[in-house]
Amino acid sequence: MQKIEDLMRAKAAAVLADGAADCVLAWKRGIFPYDHAPALFRRGDDLADLVYDVFCPANLAKYLLATSRAGERAAVFLKPCDTYGVNQLLKDHRVVRDRILAIGTPCGGMVDVKKLRGAGCGTILAVKDRGDVLTVTTAKGPVTVAKGEVLLRKCLACKGNAYQIADDEIGTPRGTPPAPADRYAEVRTLEGLSPDERFAFWRQELSKCIRCNTCRDVCPACTCEQCVFDHPGSGVDGKAYVDTSQEALFHIIRAFHVAGRCTGCGECGRVCPQGIRLDLLNHKFAKDIDAFFGPCQPGADADSPAPQSTFRFEDPEPEAVTRQDDRRDRHA
Amino acid sequence: MQKIGVFVCWCGSNIAATVDVARVVAAAREVSGVVYAADYPYMCSEQGQDLVARAVREHGLNRLVVCACSPRMHEKTFRACAERNGINPYQVEIANIREQCAWILKDKDEATAKAIVLMKAAVAKALLDEPLAPGESPVTKRALVIGGGIAGIETALDIAEAGYPVDIVEKEPSIGGKMAQLDKTFPTLDCSACILTPKMVDAAQHPNIRILSYSEVEAVRGFVGQFEVDIRRKARSVRADLCSGCGICAAKCPSRQADSEFDAGLRKRGAIYIPFAQAIPKVPVIDRTQCLKFRTGKCGVCSVVCPNHCIDYEQKDEILTERYGVIVLATGFELLDLKRFGELGWGRSKDVITSLQLERLTNAGGPTEGRLVCPSTGREPKRVVLVSCVGSRDTTDRGKTYCSKICCMYNAKHAMYIREKYPDTDVTVFYIDVRTPGKGFDEFQRRAVEEYGVHYIRGLVGKVDVHRDGTLHLTAGDLNSGRQIEMEPDLIVLAAAVTPSPDARRIAGLVTASIDNDGFYVEAHPKLRPVESPTAGIFLSGMCQGPKDIPETVAQAGAAAVKAIGLLAKDKLLANPCTARCDEQRCSGCEICVQVCPYGAITAEDKTVVTLEGVRETRPVAVVNEALCQGCGACSAACPSGAMDLKGFTNREILAEVDALCW
Repeated sequence: MQKIEDLMRAKAAAVLADGAADCVLAWKRGIFPYDHAPALFRRGDDLADLVYDVFCPANLAKYLLATSRAGERAAVFLKPCDTYGVNQLLKDHRVVRDRILAIGTPCGGMVDVKKLRGAGCGTILAVKDRGDVLTVTTAKGPVTVAKGEVLLRKCLACKGNAYQIADDEIGTPRGTPPAPADRYAEVRTLEGLSPDERFAFWRQELSKCIRCNTCRDVCPACTCEQCVFDHPGSGVDGKAYVDTSQEALFHIIRAFHVAGRCTGCGECGRVCPQGIRLDLLNHKFAKDIDAFFGPCQPGADADSPAPQSTFRFEDPEPEAVTRQDDRRDRHA
Repeated sequence: MQKIGVFVCWCGSNIAATVDVARVVAAAREVSGVVYAADYPYMCSEQGQDLVARAVREHGLNRLVVCACSPRMHEKTFRACAERNGINPYQVEIANIREQCAWILKDKDEATAKAIVLMKAAVAKALLDEPLAPGESPVTKRALVIGGGIAGIETALDIAEAGYPVDIVEKEPSIGGKMAQLDKTFPTLDCSACILTPKMVDAAQHPNIRILSYSEVEAVRGFVGQFEVDIRRKARSVRADLCSGCGICAAKCPSRQADSEFDAGLRKRGAIYIPFAQAIPKVPVIDRTQCLKFRTGKCGVCSVVCPNHCIDYEQKDEILTERYGVIVLATGFELLDLKRFGELGWGRSKDVITSLQLERLTNAGGPTEGRLVCPSTGREPKRVVLVSCVGSRDTTDRGKTYCSKICCMYNAKHAMYIREKYPDTDVTVFYIDVRTPGKGFDEFQRRAVEEYGVHYIRGLVGKVDVHRDGTLHLTAGDLNSGRQIEMEPDLIVLAAAVTPSPDARRIAGLVTASIDNDGFYVEAHPKLRPVESPTAGIFLSGMCQGPKDIPETVAQAGAAAVKAIGLLAKDKLLANPCTARCDEQRCSGCEICVQVCPYGAITAEDKTVVTLEGVRETRPVAVVNEALCQGCGACSAACPSGAMDLKGFTNREILAEVDALCW
């Protein structure tokens, strides 16, 4: 990916120089070869720190909230999956279109460093992306790993290499990880459990929450001026720490709030320090919305009406939900 | 400081038999904020309200909690009582300990415990109740009637007579509805057309009535007093202003493929047609799906023969936008599609027909000029079987669970028609029960049996075989004798269940009227408000509310008119003060509320707000038009940040109620 990195640096330098953008949102090299972080570059900053490789999973879309609000025009590098988030921000009127210079950036899948370690790479000194395989320089010597084995979970549900919004593109589109046969396979497995088993699963899963709010911070659909959970007048703030049921409610309410707006980027599940499967919760909503209202991909565009906030005569009646549950219970 | 009085009603024994009201009073006295609590057998009575007034005076109450029946019943009563005694009517809370407690529970301890919890929830909300003041809104003094059958015509005439302009919107080319298709009407056997057509003429000639036929309601905005309605005037392809109704075009039209809707498919009609001789308006329409000119570009016969040059192939649908104060729904009924009743011969023999088709066959204006014949042979039938309850009182998913109400009477009527005109023809009625309550109804049915010699057999028709030569073989069970019956009737008439008009659901969505599981419109109260929809300003007339015969339909149509007139007579309406309010500081401008608002009451507007960080900035926020807001709360439920709140039902109040229920 060396070449793309160079193209990105050149592009960043150009847009900053000719005034096409006031700032550039990209990724910055970390201390270790695998901990790159989102960063804002301005004129005069050292663009040598700008980095792009298999360790740049962070979706930069959400940072547009701050730049747009500050009245700045930001150039932002977007992987195909990140473009959905930008459209969602536009649809929610949280960013101003004119203040975004969206630059499509090709992606061949991002790597989960935990999986990489599990694949025999203890101390990672350097990683070379060779397409289907990675050559990892470890303290014990070079190791070759198949990239497909170490991809992030969110990349296993890849939505393809098309940009949903892009003012400019760099490089050429790359092959994406093999699309999963069934995007909702894990949700289906959960649905197959009895209600008691499902309840037990989620209670266990959500009880791990430490209310760090990282899921909320990273989510491109979670963009309220002030979250209800922070609003002293809402009657629900400060209730999060009493017992585990309220931790669960935080996530359930959040899932309801982003339902129909969640782009399925999987960032919530990726960033959770407790490893809670928040992506599954949101995928369940997405799957149900698909089933009840017809296929829907939030973020595929910036203006189509959201299925749950618009009424159409052909919308199903509420009993469609119980019918679905009945059918499943009969099959189970 | 909040001083709450709690008033627990016995409702005679309705509540007191199941709920220990004294314990509820004792529990209320323990709740913080409550300074007075009492019980009384009938709190809504004058004495009960006096008790409230005395308590307000003596204890300085400023909020009331009434534990009684549903707020739909007496919230108004107690709000008025509060206002008379100097308390803001919106600081009254009702705890429904009758419908939601006493009536559904049997165990007294359990019911009392629940009543106490409901009381506590109401107190929790009352503590947070803010005084609200309703605004006023004007009334557009014009009524819209949707549906031009007997129900719609009657309602329109009554409203017009009271001096208010009325528009009738009818989707068919003519008003008249189902009644225009009937031959005679029970229980007097007078000719249907003779009593209906003069009313149609009255409606057409009334200076206050405008008939918008071949038109459909497409969009409804606004609310009671100020509805704004888009009406699609479908292109007739005929200029109504020039047409004399001579009918030459219809007579000469070479297309004869379409089934006549008016003759229930027993006759073909042209692509250009007038549905029936007495149609109002008597202006033909071109059915563009059938017309050769529209399908192939060749023809144009009607245009050539028309003496007044009325044919206009270029005519387009037009949208008429009009304002109304009230809307009356009179969308009528249809017969159940019998496609799943093949075992009764439906769809397999032309001689298995519906009762409505029989009406056309016996009607002098019908396809046979009133001669009853078997459609397959054109010969008069010698044995006729009438089958009741086809799809009515049917608990399987192909039928309807309700009784269609009119079939027992029209079966007796049909049997009499036939026996009267064709004394040699044998008529047998299969029935589950004969249901004939109503003035002169039972006598009517008995006449069919006793004077006309109609055979009534209590039993269900099991199956009808259609032989290769077209003859019918019917197998049925006689429930009284337990015997199996075999018959070879010439004609079988199925009394198909009545169902709401297929359009009723769409219209319910447009005006936010409620519908029941069968698709009939729901009344605001089944006994006390039978002609009103729960949505203010929407009234119900005729079959669209449930199965009923013509006398009942006309009575209900008149009642709906009176309710509509009562509203139109007012110059101003008190608006509901429980409207949504936006906390602009917390509004993110996502516009979810704009999308979910069924009344178009919310818009996003650029406003200068001070952010929570104290920064002044201009950004789009939701703005509620209080005149349009109906207080449904959809926005407040949908708002992810809790910026949208409903006055009188704030998020905090609802959570306080939930907390009171849970602890």
